[in-house]
Amino acid sequence: MDIDLSDPLTRRMMALSGLLFVLFIAAWEWLPGLMKIPPFIIPPVSKVWSEFLRMMASEHLMYHTAITAMQVLVGFVLGMLLGMVVGFLLGMSPTAEFVLSPYILALQIAPKVAFAPLFVIWFGYTVYPKILVAILIVFFPVMVNVLGAVRSIDPDIVRLAKSFTANRFQIFRMIEFPASLGPLFAGLRIAATLAVIGVVVGELVGGNTGLGYLLTFGEGAGNTAMVFVSIIMLTIIGILLYGAIVIIENRVLHFMPARDRRGA
Amino acid sequence: MTKRRLEFRGVTKRFSSRKGDTVTAVTGLDFHIDDGEIVSIIGPSGCGKSTLLNMGSGLDPASEGEVFVDGELVTKPNAHVAFMLQKDLLLPWRTIRENVEFGLEVLHRAAPDRRKIALELLRKCRLSDFVDHYPHQLSGGMRQRAALARTLAVDPAVLLMDEPFSALDAQTKMVLQQDLGRTLAETGKTALFVTHDLVEAIALSHRVLVMSQRPGRIIREIVIDIPDMGNPMARRKHQKVGGYIAELMELLHIEEAVA
Repeated sequence: MDIDLSDPLTRRMMALSGLLFVLFIAAWEWLPGLMKIPPFIIPPVSKVWSEFLRMMASEHLMYHTAITAMQVLVGFVLGMLLGMVVGFLLGMSPTAEFVLSPYILALQIAPKVAFAPLFVIWFGYTVYPKILVAILIVFFPVMVNVLGAVRSIDPDIVRLAKSFTANRFQIFRMIEFPASLGPLFAGLRIAATLAVIGVVVGELVGGNTGLGYLLTFGEGAGNTAMVFVSIIMLTIIGILLYGAIVIIENRVLHFMPARDRRGA
Repeated sequence: MTKRRLEFRGVTKRFSSRKGDTVTAVTGLDFHIDDGEIVSIIGPSGCGKSTLLNMGSGLDPASEGEVFVDGELVTKPNAHVAFMLQKDLLLPWRTIRENVEFGLEVLHRAAPDRRKIALELLRKCRLSDFVDHYPHQLSGGMRQRAALARTLAVDPAVLLMDEPFSALDAQTKMVLQQDLGRTLAETGKTALFVTHDLVEAIALSHRVLVMSQRPGRIIREIVIDIPDMGNPMARRKHQKVGGYIAELMELLHIEEAVA
């Protein structure tokens, strides 16, 4: 993710990328009209923009966006912490992993979004079902990556630390934790996109707040532009979260050669 | 009388294999290393050389017999011995200086102390220009020199080295042997050195212990009567080296393996 603006090749590629964006917006605006596609199937970009302004003014768009973003963030952070704790514990105890792995595998295979209606039954039309789905969906990629990282540490490194009289906590703090950071961030990138999905599905199932609610409301009202605006806002939340993770990752994993980081 | 730094008394090590039968790795080990002495152990593959070092470091307990370091019975890893392996085992997220400080950090030494010791050792290991580099930015030989600095940083009474140079190319290896010989001579450290390389054993040590096939036991002790311990490069070219190699080859049945 290191972008070097002084490199002419990079600048050309960025210009190309920008040109593609302009072309896309232009196609969106005029192509449906030219191809006689009615606006309730694909509303042109200008209509989506005016719908965006209307929703800002009279549908509390920012309020709903903030609610969704909050649920994504809370679910993401809690799912991450839970995934890390369980990943480290299982990584340190092969017995625990052996005993628990069939259950963890079953839960991993089960589609997490299918739990949304269940959580709504349990917790009603509150923020909790949405956050819970996000936690569940974020948990797995984080846990699996941390577990894998702890497992793949060269046992000789641990022996070396022990020969320096390191205790269990020092081995965790000085070896296992830092060694897990690369795979952890790879897991977090995946989790960031999944967290948004989890929250939206929760909102689609029930409640009267959040972008998922606006999405179903727009669908019911036959307001295609409203659905488009909701999807775009959700995408923006996802991009912001993903971008934040990439920025933190670059700070934390600065010691890694750039190509290894991108490959992670 | 010189001080005994490391002593094995009647040490045997047995492992139980997966099938349930016991395998004797080494047996009847009885030897000692005096202060400032460098002793090499040489023997066929799988003769239990590494097992011997693990017992010396306290990572593995002996099945029978006792191991003493500085007169103390070894029961668990202790700060008197430090370990160096074929792999450099530098931590990729630490700079070279931070890697050298690793053992000192485990021992809760203050940061300014750690820094001072690390920088001094890195200077001795000719890595002063690379203190803030990360391991992946260094060559294999440089990384192994950093590993040597990390081993020396905790100021151990005994260095245990398990084929530390066997992953390096022949020329780098000779340079590192020179570094090690000079550093050990300057600091007066005691070392037990496991190797496959006959010339390396002769060039670096006061004595060479020859081990047998598994179950490993010490079958011969050869005192290397060549001067100038701080200069393995010169020792390697000494006229007596050929004789010692011939003796070792015979003991290890190297020529018979070819016939």
